[in-house]
Amino acid sequence: MAVLAVGTAAPEFSLHVTPDQTLSLSELRGKPVVLAFYPADWSPVCGDELSIFNEILPDLLKYEAKLIGISVDGAWCHDAFAKHKHLHFPLLSDFEPKGRVARSYGAYRETDGVCERALFVIDKDGTIAWSYCSPVAVNPGADGILRALEALHP
Amino acid sequence: MSRLSISISPDDHVQGEPTAACSLVEYGDYECPSCSQIQPVIKRIQRHFGKRLSFVFRNFPLTEMHPWAETAAETAEFADTHGKFWEMHDLLFQNQALLSEALLLDLADSLGLSRTQLRVDLESKTFRSRVRRDFEAGVRSGVNGTPTLFIDDKRYDGSFDSDSLNDAINQALSATML
Repeated sequence: MAVLAVGTAAPEFSLHVTPDQTLSLSELRGKPVVLAFYPADWSPVCGDELSIFNEILPDLLKYEAKLIGISVDGAWCHDAFAKHKHLHFPLLSDFEPKGRVARSYGAYRETDGVCERALFVIDKDGTIAWSYCSPVAVNPGADGILRALEALHP
Repeated sequence: MSRLSISISPDDHVQGEPTAACSLVEYGDYECPSCSQIQPVIKRIQRHFGKRLSFVFRNFPLTEMHPWAETAAETAEFADTHGKFWEMHDLLFQNQALLSEALLLDLADSLGLSRTQLRVDLESKTFRSRVRRDFEAGVRSGVNGTPTLFIDDKRYDGSFDSDSLNDAINQALSATML
């Protein structure tokens, strides 16, 4: 499955961001959004992509961009994981029906039942401005995201 | 493929000749266990390749996760201004589990550096911008965790055991021969 390409309208979703709150993509319209699909909370590497995204939040702020992580883990799991890693951005649960949103972005690994490591930069009007799917087991860095956001703000 | 956004420069901490046939750049965090584990591997590889390999260490402290990473990085930069970067670099990794302000001051002491001056420099954040410069260049280069290695400016995505690294460096060396 290939990830949705540049120029495609970003599929709408509404997912749990905490056990009792949901977040919809349309609520974020008007500002760029960075969607980071990733396979699972609690991966064994300590300094992985989410930790790096966490460190570059001040840079994203310069572009008024909102960063969101998405995996198939449940909201309680995300809650514990985000606290453990001191993450300062929301993690959404693509939990029920499992992987529905990831599938709509072409970012679901059917064989493993988890999200790909796929990144999307969505412009303020809801169109995909940049997308990237990382090879299995390779964490993407934040360089592509920053370049894509820069291109939105020439 | 992600590449170094800033090539090796005189600003860098380099072991070996900057003109060596192959360069290995590490973006690391003194409080990251994986970075500590890779140190003996890197030393082994340096011994194996000798003059053909240069090694550069750049700061990439994950400050949200590791409360001492930034201060440790600044301590190494402090040591650098007194010609003791690599000594401090090694001591920091050896004492990773014990990182604290008292330890950093003791390490300065043990290298014959002034603990008072280190305390002043840490408080006034003298070396913060130096560390941030490394960090920002790392983000721009596609650093995707710690440690991240670059062989001849290209990000290395293989595993961190000596055999895999040896192979990758050998490949890079044979590519430069062509």
